[in-house]
Amino acid sequence: MRANAINGAHLLILLASLALAGYAASFVLGDPLALIMLAWFLGAVIGHDLILFPIYALADRAADRLANLAPVSPLNYVRVPVLGTALTFVLFFPGIIGQGAPTYRAATGQTQEPYLVRWLILVGVLFATSGLCYAIRSYRARR
Amino acid sequence: MRGTMSARTQRWRPSGRGPAWRSPLRGPWLTSVFGAVLLATLPLVIITGLLDYLAYGPRFGQAIPGDVGWLHLPFFDWPTRPSWLFRLTQGLHVVLGLIVIPVVLAKLWSVIPRLFHWPPARSLVQVLERLTLLLLVGGILFEIATGVLNIQYDYLFGFSFYTAHYYGAWVFIGGFLAHVALKLPKMVRALRSRSLRTELRTSRANTEPEPRDPDGLVARGPRRPTMSRRGALGLVFGGSALLGVLSAGQTLGGASRSAAILLPRGRSYGDGPNDFQVNRTASAAAITPAATGSAWRLTLSGGGAPLRFDRTVLQAMPQHTAELPIACVEGWSTTQTWSGVRLRDLAALAGIPEPASAVVSSLERSGFNRVTLQANQVLDPESLLALRVNGAVLSPDHGFPARIIVPALPGVHCTKWVRSIEFRKP
Repeated sequence: MRANAINGAHLLILLASLALAGYAASFVLGDPLALIMLAWFLGAVIGHDLILFPIYALADRAADRLANLAPVSPLNYVRVPVLGTALTFVLFFPGIIGQGAPTYRAATGQTQEPYLVRWLILVGVLFATSGLCYAIRSYRARR
Repeated sequence: MRGTMSARTQRWRPSGRGPAWRSPLRGPWLTSVFGAVLLATLPLVIITGLLDYLAYGPRFGQAIPGDVGWLHLPFFDWPTRPSWLFRLTQGLHVVLGLIVIPVVLAKLWSVIPRLFHWPPARSLVQVLERLTLLLLVGGILFEIATGVLNIQYDYLFGFSFYTAHYYGAWVFIGGFLAHVALKLPKMVRALRSRSLRTELRTSRANTEPEPRDPDGLVARGPRRPTMSRRGALGLVFGGSALLGVLSAGQTLGGASRSAAILLPRGRSYGDGPNDFQVNRTASAAAITPAATGSAWRLTLSGGGAPLRFDRTVLQAMPQHTAELPIACVEGWSTTQTWSGVRLRDLAALAGIPEPASAVVSSLERSGFNRVTLQANQVLDPESLLALRVNGAVLSPDHGFPARIIVPALPGVHCTKWVRSIEFRKP
């Protein structure tokens, strides 16, 4: 009896959620680019779950052998700057690769010229800091 | 060789249940920590986003998308006080929206075994739940992708940003509310299952997997930890901190602005009075020197016959100065000292001292070239038709010969290159 009530409540919540989403989606049905929006919506899920996740999971698996490379494992000292590099690239790639230059220029009156160098410096700082931390850690472990 | 192969096959297909998860950190407690952080922050991102829709003035038909049915917060007149209101709401929306990204990714990582769970559903309710999870995950990733591209003026997606981001938000809200309603008790139980303080003191060597859970988040054959939970939390929230440093400056301004090294609004324009962030250049708006030169006139209408003023006459009127932020939907802002004629003085001149609204038109022929201001936005003593900024004549990119500046009004509605103002009677 109680399980049925819980199941009923679950069902109601789920239906309400789907109804709200369906109602929101109904407003873009007439939009000539509605299919492209849907493609981006589904593409975002596929891009994350079936492309990005497997890539980083496999890359991390491949990096596993670093774990036993030295008395102090360098694994996390590689992971952290690599993740910082990937995160900043994925979020800020338009400036870094000069994507959307005309709209950027119209909006700001500037070019995207400095971003690539700035990002490379940021990446350099991430790796250098991590390397320095690793060196200090290894030195301490040896003593 | 053969041994490795069979070991691998076995690892990937233990009793045909999909990949074998190995992380010793995955488990309900860790998922719930990320979930709790998102539960505390995402409502703020959602509400500030929906408020920004109201700031555009949907009742005047100038919010985008136009007719949204029931999908909006209760309408109210967007206030002019505090003058930093839009700066705050939109700054929070964008900066917080960026800061949560690593937490969203970590949360997805922590529950990814559920995606490959076999069979995917055993009942109708489970099928529906999977569907709402698609709304939840697709919704947040879609909002992140469109939002992140928009703040960099990259319209790679081709469709209307406003329309897609607004309705995408409601799809996400549907998925989010259902997920919270269904999982909240589970989250609270999981959070109580371990002490955060203890976890923050546990080293990698002492890190043990969580007890096996019915949802299968905890790995069946976990490997030895390469990172403590403390380290994992530090990594994720460190990522958030990095994004905070890289983005907060575009709205906080001052010295912090230069830390926003990868965002358009972290850039400097120089040291002159007009050297601050431009939103849409005069050349992009096709504003010619001929249209803004000595032939330019401001037309005021609404009362009797339309009045026309040139710049000299406007400059001879009582001038007022206000230090006000200009804030944009991309979450950046900058505070400058503007001076010019009060809009309410112009309304009185036009013969309508208590207007119900005012329609401002720009010389620009496309884009945000027309805006309706509410009564409170016309009558605020700091609402100006600005002729100067920081003591200097406005530059072409900042709206020469005259622009609107109204406290707490979204930047795109602070019309540049003003051509006419029509005051409307109550």
